[in-house]
Amino acid sequence: MAATQDKLIIAGREFSSRLIIGTGKYETYQQNADALAASGADIVTVAVRRVNLTNPDEPLLVDFIDPQKTVYLPNTAGCFTGEDAVRTLRLAREAGGWNLVKLEVLSDPKHLYPDMVETMRAAKLLIADGFEVMVYCSDDPVFARKLEDLGCAAIMPLGAPIGSGLGIQNQVNIRLIVEQTTVPVIVDAGVGTASDAAIAMELGCDGVLMNTAIAEAKDPILMAKAMKHAVKAGRQAYLAGRMAKKKYADPSSPLGGLI
Amino acid sequence: MQIIINGDTYDDLKADMSVLDLLSQLGLPKAKIAVECNQEIVPKSGYTTVILQDGDILEIITFIGGG
Repeated sequence: MAATQDKLIIAGREFSSRLIIGTGKYETYQQNADALAASGADIVTVAVRRVNLTNPDEPLLVDFIDPQKTVYLPNTAGCFTGEDAVRTLRLAREAGGWNLVKLEVLSDPKHLYPDMVETMRAAKLLIADGFEVMVYCSDDPVFARKLEDLGCAAIMPLGAPIGSGLGIQNQVNIRLIVEQTTVPVIVDAGVGTASDAAIAMELGCDGVLMNTAIAEAKDPILMAKAMKHAVKAGRQAYLAGRMAKKKYADPSSPLGGLI
Repeated sequence: MQIIINGDTYDDLKADMSVLDLLSQLGLPKAKIAVECNQEIVPKSGYTTVILQDGDILEIITFIGGG
């Protein structure tokens, strides 16, 4: 497959980049916009919150990242029930007009693991309401299958706890999910540096979603660029098909014809 | 009339205000926000026709940075 034709397709929409970045934790919206440009990402995750009524002139994300040019993927961060998630995303749909959304229903603030039972319930409600649901989930192949069966547009297992930067903790599970899933699989959370993103892609994931790895790097713009290359490199390595692992050395230079 | 907006009470509002009137008074750009009145979405097409009532509870949201 030629790299130029290798598009990420989610719910019938085509994206050139397999990297999705968050918009939280940056020092400024301008820094965020610069990191986005460096990353080459087509999609950003955003949160839905009350407007600041005491300072209506406060800078808004949309003034820095144009929703006409970059796809906004509204999330449900802070929602603990299916009803909260539906209410939040209905407002997001009205504000932006998009039905592609990121569902995350968290449980305990200490580990930010998804509450999978409530996530399933929320996914059902959202899909019935016409949303295309990209779902943050545990790296459990059983729940991943159930979410796909419900009609989710993308399965997004965590690589490690949100914001931890620990890298892909359970490569076996991520690979199992990739093998069984027919919609895109996107590792969401846990990436810390470029090699983590490359590993996710080499496992056959369709994309990687990250926020803190870029936003909390010492130089977020440079890290955004590194992530762009890592995701591409990992994808190309996956498509190329890695060599078989061997137990012993195998010389690259022919042994015949030695002087 | 009195309306609760984003959890705060506003009790000096004129009667018969439309949603658009309120947004103008608050200085909010209507293209960048969404409004919910008593847990029902107010579509942008309804901003001039939906007239606020005493005791209404409004949520006005926008997009901010998030992961």
